Amino acid sequence: MNGSPDLKNAGPAQTYSGPPDYRVVGRHGIFPETSHDEIARLNFLAHMNRHLSTRVMPAVKTVWERRAGPAFEAREGRAPKDRHDVRKALMTDPYYQAWSALRRATMEQRQQAGRWIALRQAETLAARVEALTALGDRLELDPALPIPRYISAVDHHCMPGSYHTEVFPGDVSGAANYDCGIFATTGGALGRFSDGGGHAVVRWVSRNLPDFKPRRILDIGANLGQNVLPIAEAFPDAEVIALDVGAPMLRYGAARARSMGVDNVRFVQGDGSDLSRWADGHFDWVQTTMTLHELSLTSMKAIFAETYRVLAPGGIVLHVEQPQYAADMALFEQAMRDWDAFYNNEPFWSTMHELDIDGFMIEAGFARPSLIHDGVTAVVDKDVFPDAADDDGEDYGRKAAWHVIGARK
Amino acid sequence: MSIDLALALSSAKPAGKRPYFMDPAVERVLNILMATVQELAVTRERLDTIERLLEMKGVVARSEIETFEPTRDQAAERGLWIQEYLNRVLRTVQQEAEALQASDDLASEEVAAEVSRA
Repeated sequence: MNGSPDLKNAGPAQTYSGPPDYRVVGRHGIFPETSHDEIARLNFLAHMNRHLSTRVMPAVKTVWERRAGPAFEAREGRAPKDRHDVRKALMTDPYYQAWSALRRATMEQRQQAGRWIALRQAETLAARVEALTALGDRLELDPALPIPRYISAVDHHCMPGSYHTEVFPGDVSGAANYDCGIFATTGGALGRFSDGGGHAVVRWVSRNLPDFKPRRILDIGANLGQNVLPIAEAFPDAEVIALDVGAPMLRYGAARARSMGVDNVRFVQGDGSDLSRWADGHFDWVQTTMTLHELSLTSMKAIFAETYRVLAPGGIVLHVEQPQYAADMALFEQAMRDWDAFYNNEPFWSTMHELDIDGFMIEAGFARPSLIHDGVTAVVDKDVFPDAADDDGEDYGRKAAWHVIGARK
Repeated sequence: MSIDLALALSSAKPAGKRPYFMDPAVERVLNILMATVQELAVTRERLDTIERLLEMKGVVARSEIETFEPTRDQAAERGLWIQEYLNRVLRTVQQEAEALQASDDLASEEVAAEVSRA
């Protein structure tokens, strides 16, 4: 279980394949303190997630092919017409039920474990954030900002309180919970600072647009900024805006960036569907990373339109997401990918992944030939962390392998 | 106090109606079981840490743990502990078996009427 690189050639570490010990996690200046048993709890959950995806889930496909699928056809006298037919048929199968109940339980346990860590030191964390953000202009909150319905209706990925609520004024426990627990959900696949997505974007840009020198960058749905910091570090002369509707995330994110020595990011509370404070053509780069699926159709269209408006000619927009439900994706895979939509509180996930994103980008003003499509995987320290690029397995929506959908204006 | 916040809120329900995949009573037991399974893993990791620290400090070699042989008395004490433990854990099964043998068992509700008669 020890993930330190110097043990790689000693004993079991040589053949070990699995999540690294939690203790390799990156501890920036605002990271919550974790006790031995709190770490052990997260270690268990990382392994539990891996066990579910590699040992339990594969047989769900067998169940579909041999039991639930034939039963559906016998009952209905036809093949399933869409992924919803498949998912509803699977819901009646005891093996799918068992896998689903365990997966839901694991997600709830992950939230509980992280919330315990964050809440028991909530006042200390708030004071440390206050000390790191009281001066300067790196944090700009707007208490009057309405919280969109798509955030407030259900708590995304079963995270009580979501991104926007606080237990007391100045509380950041929701953000600290998010930050210290991602490791468990992803088995370390996002790297030390859970920023493998951000590094993937930086690598994509440096390979595909080597001459691109953005001066102003906007990250929409920045969360605690974990994926925008690698971008800010790669372009230290750029002024970066990390935009989010959730004040606790932004406070924590600003303190986190400060403690990591990244000073060219300003954390701004705002809604990406209204960027009116910025003039036409203000930004060279607009980024969203795993944000689109947590929006609504209306807000996504508004964000696309605003993105087009605030981009300078020659500027780029990149959206990093799980792959779309293309026509050639089997209905079974689509149904499995829909699990998080309906059973892990990701309500826009299902619709978002069937939409013609290209069509919406064109409607927003981008020219079809300027559209960008590619695939990326999380960029992590491969000595310590599992590399999604080497992983042939499938975790239906949770693997750190994404699509880039974008455009150049 | 933060510890009070943690006790009150760490297990809070997320907004949104919870899906159940099986009989909710069964899923409730599964959820409690998986939390218990997790705590067993936590205890196992802590024990492993203790063993390794003891070994590093030259107090106990882990090989001594692997090859430890209890004396007859120690083995008896340990055997008794396992018996006591199983009795406790499987209490409900023992009571179910005893119920099969009892022919004149009454529900307290029935006795209530009897003992309340004037």
